[in-house]
Amino acid sequence: MDSLKGNVWLLGDDIDTDIIIPTEYLALKTVDDMKPYAFSPLRPELAEKIKEGDILVAGKNFGCGSSREQAPEIIKALGIKCVIAKSFARIFFRNSINNGLLLIEQDSLCDQVEEGDEITVAIGDYISHKGKTYPIVPLPDNLLEIINAGGLVNAMRRRNGLV
Amino acid sequence: MGATMIEKIISNNVGKEAKAGDIVTVSVDRVMIHDIFIPFVAEKFEEMGFTELWDPDKVVLIYDHLIPASQVDDTRHFNAGNAFAQKYGMKHVHRSDGICHQLMTEAGYVKPGNIVFGTDSHTTTYGCVGAFSSGIGYTEMASILGTGTMWVKVPETIKVSIHGRLPENVMSKDIILKLIGDLGADGATYQALEFCGDTVEQMSVASRMTMANMAIEAGAKCALFMPDEKTAEYCEMTLTDKERSLRADEDAAYVRKITYQAEELVPVLACPSQVDNIKPVKELAKTEIDQVFIGSCTNGRLEDLMAAAEVLKGKKVAPFVKLIVTPASRSIYRQAAANGTLAILAEAGAMITHPGCGLCCGRAGGILTDGERVVATNNRNFLGRMGTSKVEIFLASPKTAAACAVAGKITEA
Repeated sequence: MDSLKGNVWLLGDDIDTDIIIPTEYLALKTVDDMKPYAFSPLRPELAEKIKEGDILVAGKNFGCGSSREQAPEIIKALGIKCVIAKSFARIFFRNSINNGLLLIEQDSLCDQVEEGDEITVAIGDYISHKGKTYPIVPLPDNLLEIINAGGLVNAMRRRNGLV
Repeated sequence: MGATMIEKIISNNVGKEAKAGDIVTVSVDRVMIHDIFIPFVAEKFEEMGFTELWDPDKVVLIYDHLIPASQVDDTRHFNAGNAFAQKYGMKHVHRSDGICHQLMTEAGYVKPGNIVFGTDSHTTTYGCVGAFSSGIGYTEMASILGTGTMWVKVPETIKVSIHGRLPENVMSKDIILKLIGDLGADGATYQALEFCGDTVEQMSVASRMTMANMAIEAGAKCALFMPDEKTAEYCEMTLTDKERSLRADEDAAYVRKITYQAEELVPVLACPSQVDNIKPVKELAKTEIDQVFIGSCTNGRLEDLMAAAEVLKGKKVAPFVKLIVTPASRSIYRQAAANGTLAILAEAGAMITHPGCGLCCGRAGGILTDGERVVATNNRNFLGRMGTSKVEIFLASPKTAAACAVAGKITEA
């Protein structure tokens, strides 16, 4: 099983998609153009500080709000390797899987971890932080298939005989 | 064990019994794409290698968030939409007719028992006519355009029963806000909300739309109202045994049951900056405000404008308050003009804008700045949604909003 190691950025409950990327920037041409405004209503400095390989940890209902798919795309484009939250909103969850962004539901890590801490994720198995391990439930097979294909676009390209 | 309404709709669609928790692939009856996401849907569709739509008649494209353009870049979305519609033979394109969720039922694209997906989170609205409808992202929309199918997990259901007669100053908006407050912003995540009871049966389809629209604010996958004679009249159809059989069985399994007595409900507000931060209007009385917005896919219908006009008739909007009224569709605009509602609103001092999403998504038409307060009839009061992140947004019913506009402060109608 693959594993990830990274430093934590810590956010609270109900981080909505208007916080992840406000509507006023949605008509910018590319996700890279939008990237500097990620999380700007809540943490304007965050987009600049996040480094490749960092991990987002949040409370309940992460990604609630609109169906904007730029939300997971921007998080991925910032270099975030996975988002660990107590729970995810439904549309954000599907959008993340379809874009190959790994999400992990874990209900206690968020209350133990501090911003900047290093954590290790054994995908589909457990998270380890300061010598303590937190179990995680693996994703269902049909979702893993989409992630393993590299997202829904690639899964459809395969279906249509392009790869 | 009997079946819930959502289990019946999905079972009918897949041709075998589907129970909560099952993962099934459904055939999609209709899809809706709006202007914000059409460029991305088009790009993904072609990247996936599709060369034709599974059924052009089932695809509806609506320009509402960006129309009329307020920034030069917005026009790119209309150009991308027009090019896609022409290339793939789409007939159902609405370029300035109103908000997507209003048009989908108003123009007859959605019928009871249908399964519909849209690139907007408030696609839950079509549950007002007994359709299973839900929001998705643009990549998933692109795959439906090519295949006509989508995988879904059959949701568990929360049954919400409402009985009795609503007080004069309480609207269906107050019921759904109260429910979201009780459930929490994630209280129905992945689940269906099934509404029933004599209060709901007495309600117009428009009032049901307000409630179904906001189901997503409790995280719900969909909201469902049993189709009845009012639905049939609204959809200009005759209900058959197929639609009548969608009623949930007596012994259906629910994950939770909630009951309200209408007489006990009061006008409420969703306070900054969470939709589930619900307080009675009375608790915030006398809080001064700068602006009022009456409109959106939640509360921009004829009955909403008429309810506001009833409060505003013969009165004036407070001197420092800007009242912005945005009908949800061209048809509503025309009806409100014809029956004198717009004249009453204008006379009271309202600014009446073109049909569309307008201020709701903070793109145009009344942006606010630090320290300002707005009472609004739409569905979200998120940080920064209608201007800067230091704007306070209070969500309310059209009656409450109109009363606040006159008083210049928060007050009950």
